[in-house]
Amino acid sequence: MSTETLEQPVVKKQAEPLFSKRRRKFVMDPLDDDNPVTIQVLGICSALAVTVKMEPTLIMSIAVVFVIVFSNLATSLIRNLIPGRVRIIVQLGVIATLVTVVSEILKAYNYEMYKVLGAFVGLIITNCIVMGRLEAFAMGNKPWDSVLDGLGSGFGYAWVILTVAFFRELLGSGTVFDYPVFEKIGLTHIQNNGLMVDSIGAFMVLALIIWVQRTRNGYVEH
Amino acid sequence: MELFNLGIKSIFIDNMIFAYFLGMCSFLAVSKKVTTAIGLGTAVVFVLGITVPVDWLVQEYVLKEGALAWLGPQFADLNLEFLQFIMFIAIIAAMVQLVEMVVEKFSPSLYGSLGIFLPLIAVNCAILGGSLFMVQRDYTLAEASVYGVGSGIGWMFAIVALSAVREKLKYSNVPDGLKGLGITMIITGLMGIAFKSFIGIAI
Repeated sequence: MSTETLEQPVVKKQAEPLFSKRRRKFVMDPLDDDNPVTIQVLGICSALAVTVKMEPTLIMSIAVVFVIVFSNLATSLIRNLIPGRVRIIVQLGVIATLVTVVSEILKAYNYEMYKVLGAFVGLIITNCIVMGRLEAFAMGNKPWDSVLDGLGSGFGYAWVILTVAFFRELLGSGTVFDYPVFEKIGLTHIQNNGLMVDSIGAFMVLALIIWVQRTRNGYVEH
Repeated sequence: MELFNLGIKSIFIDNMIFAYFLGMCSFLAVSKKVTTAIGLGTAVVFVLGITVPVDWLVQEYVLKEGALAWLGPQFADLNLEFLQFIMFIAIIAAMVQLVEMVVEKFSPSLYGSLGIFLPLIAVNCAILGGSLFMVQRDYTLAEASVYGVGSGIGWMFAIVALSAVREKLKYSNVPDGLKGLGITMIITGLMGIAFKSFIGIAI
């Protein structure tokens, strides 16, 4: 899916190629078999809250990928210096710093979007995916592996929330990226479904995505 | 009366789960048994009730533009708002630590059953979300306290109700792909519709 996994760079004196099979697994697994949202049940809050329209969802995805990748990298770099007892605070500090950076950038360059996303940018701090990856992966793995793992989880999260947003915007407002799809193809008689704009639509759409995805993978929760 | 109204509103209409989807992770993960759900719900009420007013004080007297004026005139035009996230999360983490110690001391059985989820309250979005909404909506100290406790109670209602439904769900025949998370999301959606009926309530 991501292009960088396809190319095999020629690295001479390295025990393991930059994108070995093992490393490719870090990126590919969270996209499907081990998806953070649909299988691991993490990061649901923002997956539902920002997905009324495509555009804020896209911004949110980019922000989350950025925060996961760089917090994974930073934590992995300092993993041997962090005392076990205070690791949660250190991890939260790393995440909060990165989220502050994202929030300030957004405030400076796209204030409209900052208003739309509101508190949910700050809530990336408490996005369980970020915290979960730091705790489960970055604390015990090398920096480059952690970056790949972050990319995988980030994109795994991104495709799910973008799909949810696509259906919610299409059925709830009749648009995609504010482009009036139904109107342009002459289906003007289709009514907008108010439930989709509401929180209830989010739950339902995500439940259906989970259903489809788990049936396809044969994953059953007990 | 205003305060009472705000409390009712934060419990039912602006419910953390059904209106803002906050704290969903632990909401979905810890809602398998009613007793555990009540335990976690109580912890959330407690932590929210403390952190929102404390964060209000920090916001008002440390972070806000010109808030440090009480230190002396040279600090009057400082704006530390960019430190908001870090300050809030640090306060929350400290409060969670406190609750953890209190629970461990007074109710070891609850401590045992909450297990890993107690530290996870620190990354429960409902807690941080409560503080961020409080800032966004310009509450006063009294309003912030009521809002904190109220939204905590709303969250507790939601998780206890869901866990009661899920206990019964064990005996029903759910399609394989929907088992666990899928059906829980659908139930939450249906409960959300029920909570919608509170819209417009004012006392």
